Amino acid sequence: MLLSARDLTKRFGDVTAVCGVSFSLEAGETLALIGASGCGKTTTLKLLNRLIEPDAGEVRLGGEEAHQLPAHEWRRRIGYVIQSAGLFPHMSVAANVAVTPRLLGWEDDRIARRTRRLLELVGLPAQAFGTRRPEALSGGQAQRVGLARALAGEPEIVLMDEPFSALDPLTKDQLIEDVAHLRAELGFAAVMVTHDFSEALRFADRIAVMQAGRVIQAGTARELIARPADAAVEALLEAPRRTAESVSAAFASP
Amino acid sequence: MFAEEWAVFPGHYAGHLTLSFAAILSGLLVSVPLGIRAAGDARLAGPVLGFASVVQTIPGIALLALMVPVMGGRIGFWPAYAALALYSVLPILRNTIVGLQGVDADLREAALGVGMTARQRLMQVDLPLAAPVIVAGLRTASVWVVGAATLSTPVGAESLGNYIFQGLQTRNWGAVLFGCLVSAALALALDQVIRLFELSAARRARRLAIAGIGGLGLILAPLLTQLSGPRAAGPQDRSFVGEVEPLSGRTVTLAAKAFTEQYILADLISRPLEARGARIDVREGLGSAVAFNALISGEIDMSVDYTGTIWATIMKREDVPPRAVMYSETSAWLWENHGILAYAPLGFENAYAYAVTRETAREYGLETVGDLSDKPLTVASDPEFFGRPEWTRTRDIYGLSGLKTRGMDSTFMYEAIASGEVDVITAYTTDGRIDAYDLVLLDEPAGALPPYDAFILVSAEAAKDRALLEALEPLRHAISSDLMRAANGRVDLERQRVREAADWLWLQITGSD
Repeated sequence: MLLSARDLTKRFGDVTAVCGVSFSLEAGETLALIGASGCGKTTTLKLLNRLIEPDAGEVRLGGEEAHQLPAHEWRRRIGYVIQSAGLFPHMSVAANVAVTPRLLGWEDDRIARRTRRLLELVGLPAQAFGTRRPEALSGGQAQRVGLARALAGEPEIVLMDEPFSALDPLTKDQLIEDVAHLRAELGFAAVMVTHDFSEALRFADRIAVMQAGRVIQAGTARELIARPADAAVEALLEAPRRTAESVSAAFASP
Repeated sequence: MFAEEWAVFPGHYAGHLTLSFAAILSGLLVSVPLGIRAAGDARLAGPVLGFASVVQTIPGIALLALMVPVMGGRIGFWPAYAALALYSVLPILRNTIVGLQGVDADLREAALGVGMTARQRLMQVDLPLAAPVIVAGLRTASVWVVGAATLSTPVGAESLGNYIFQGLQTRNWGAVLFGCLVSAALALALDQVIRLFELSAARRARRLAIAGIGGLGLILAPLLTQLSGPRAAGPQDRSFVGEVEPLSGRTVTLAAKAFTEQYILADLISRPLEARGARIDVREGLGSAVAFNALISGEIDMSVDYTGTIWATIMKREDVPPRAVMYSETSAWLWENHGILAYAPLGFENAYAYAVTRETAREYGLETVGDLSDKPLTVASDPEFFGRPEWTRTRDIYGLSGLKTRGMDSTFMYEAIASGEVDVITAYTTDGRIDAYDLVLLDEPAGALPPYDAFILVSAEAAKDRALLEALEPLRHAISSDLMRAANGRVDLERQRVREAADWLWLQITGSD
C-alpha cells in the first residue's frame, strides 16, 4: 500500500467539510474524488499534502505518517497540480519545472536532465519552450508544464485538483491521453479531484463519490454504474449516461 | 551664471544627498519588513497604515520642525533625517502591503504545494511578484524625500534648501531657482536610476544595470570633487599669517534666522572669529524658536537675537518697559534660566514700526499711529505679528480695530504697499527698503511697541571660552541702526550678495578689510 487516509476529518468553524474519510491507494494506482461543489473533495485532497491540517485522522505515505516530517518536506514528496496551473510568472518554463528538485537540493546536472526529460515527455521540448515565460503559453501548454513541475521531484504520487476543468474539450482529451502515457512511462500514482464523471471514468482506476464531507460510495466505474449506492450516486451518473446514449445513437445512425 | 551658487554647491549638495539617501534607505529598511508582517495580518495592517497616513498629512515643514523638540532641542542632521525617514515610510509601506496582498492566491498555494517553506515562498514568489509595486513605492518616496529635504534648512541641516530659503529672504531669485532646479533634477535622476535597476532585474538585462550604476555615479560624482579638491571654505579664505590664533581648532556654530539682516550678521560675526583661527559653521534659515532651543542645548554657540523677541515669545512678558530696563532684564533672565550669556549689544534696534507711503500720510494726515484710527485702511504684517501682544496692544491703545489686516511674508510687504494693495505695513526699522520706498514711520508716543535691541547670545558652554568672547569685542555697540539699514539695503535693494554687504559693513566697523 502506497498511500492511506484514515478517518480524515476537517471542520471550518461550525461546518464539517470532511468527515471520517478513509481510502487507500496502491503504487501506480489512480483514484478520482468526485462530487458536487462543496462536497469536501478539494479539502480532502489538501489534507493529503497538508495544505490543510486535519482535525482528526491520519495520512500515511509509504508507511510514514504525514506529521513525522515538516510540512514542506512532506509536500516535496507529493506532486501537486491545480486547475489554473499556477506557474510562477516571473520564472521561465524550465525554472518552473525545476522548482521542487532545487528545493530538494539536487545537483545542477541532475536538475537539468530531469527538466529536459519531463518537458520532452509533456511534448514541450526544452530547446523551444524552456526559456519561455508562462505568459507565452496556451492554457493546455501551461497545464502540461504544471504537470511536469509536479512530477519533477520524482514523487510516487501526484495530487490533481481539477486539472482539466479549465481546458477546451479537444485539449482536455489530448491531455488525458498524455497523462495516461506519462503514467505508463513514469509509473506514479494519482489522486484527482473532479466533478465530471466521464473525466473520472477515463482517468481513474477507482472512483470515490463524496457528498457532504463523506465518501458515500467507492469502487470502479463499472461497479458504480452497476450498483449505485443511493439516489445521489445515481443522479451523478444520469448526465453522463444521457450524453453517452445520445452520442452512441448519433454514431450508430447512418 | 550661478557662480556664487556653485561656490557653496558641494556642501549643500552633499548635505542634501546624505540626508535623502539616509532617509530613503531607513524608510526602506523599516517599511519592507513591517509591510511583510502587516500584509499577512489585517489587525496590524490597519493601524500601521493609519499611522503612516497620519504622518503623511503633517505638512513637511511642520514635521521637520516638530522633530527638533522631539529630539530634545537637537538641530541639524538628526531631526531632519528622522522627519524625512518617517516621511518615506508611507509610500513604501503601503505599496509593500498592497503588492504582497495582490499576489495571486493560487500561486501562493502552488508555492507551498511544490514544497516551499513560508520563508522560501516569501523570498522566491511573494517578494519577486510584489517587487514592481514595492519599487513604485520606493520611487514615490525618493521623489518626496528629495523634495522635502529642501525644508531641512530651517532645522539647521544643510541642504539645497539653503539656496531657496536664503534666496527668498534676500530676494535673490537666481538662488531660489538654482536650488529648485538642482533638487528637481536630483529627484528625477534618482527616480530614473531606481527604474533602471528595476528594469534590469525584471529583464535580467545587465546593460540596464550598468546604466543604473552609471546614473548613480553621476548623482554621486559631485561629492568626489568635494573630497579631492581643497575645502571650499567660502568667505573665510583670508589668512592671517603670523597672528596668534587662540581659537585654532575650534568650530563655532552660528545661527542665522531666515532674514537678510541675520545672514549678514552671521557672516560678519564669523570674521573676527576666523581671524583667531576658528572654523565657522553657519546654520542658516533657522526658525526663531528652533534657533533659541539650539542655543539652550548648546548645539548653536551663538546667535543674534532681539530683546523684544526674547521678552515676548520666550519670557512671555506682556508689559513694555523702557529700552534699557528690557535689555538688562532679558540679559539677567537668560543667564539665570539658561546660562545663556547676552554678550554684546550690537548697538542697533530692529523694531516694528507702522509705516505708510508719503502720499498716504499726506492724504490722511497721518503722523502718529493714533491717526490710523477709524481710517478705511489695510495693514499688512508677517503672520506672526497679528498673534503677538504688540498688535493687540497698539490696536487697543490707538483704536486700530477698524483696520483690515493681512498677513504676508515680509519679502512681499514692500511691493504690496508700493503698489497700493495695502496702505500700512509693519516695517522693521533696520529694513533698507524704508528709505528705498520712501516710507514714513509713524510716531508711537505711548511706547506700546517694545524695543528690539539686537544682541549676541552665547550658549552656556561657549560662554566659558574667554578667547571667543574677546573676539566679539569689536562688534560691541559697533552697528548703528542707520548702518544696519544701509547694509540690509545693499542686499535687498542693490541685489548685492550677503558677503559683499558684510564686507562693506565690516569695513565701516573696523576701517579695514
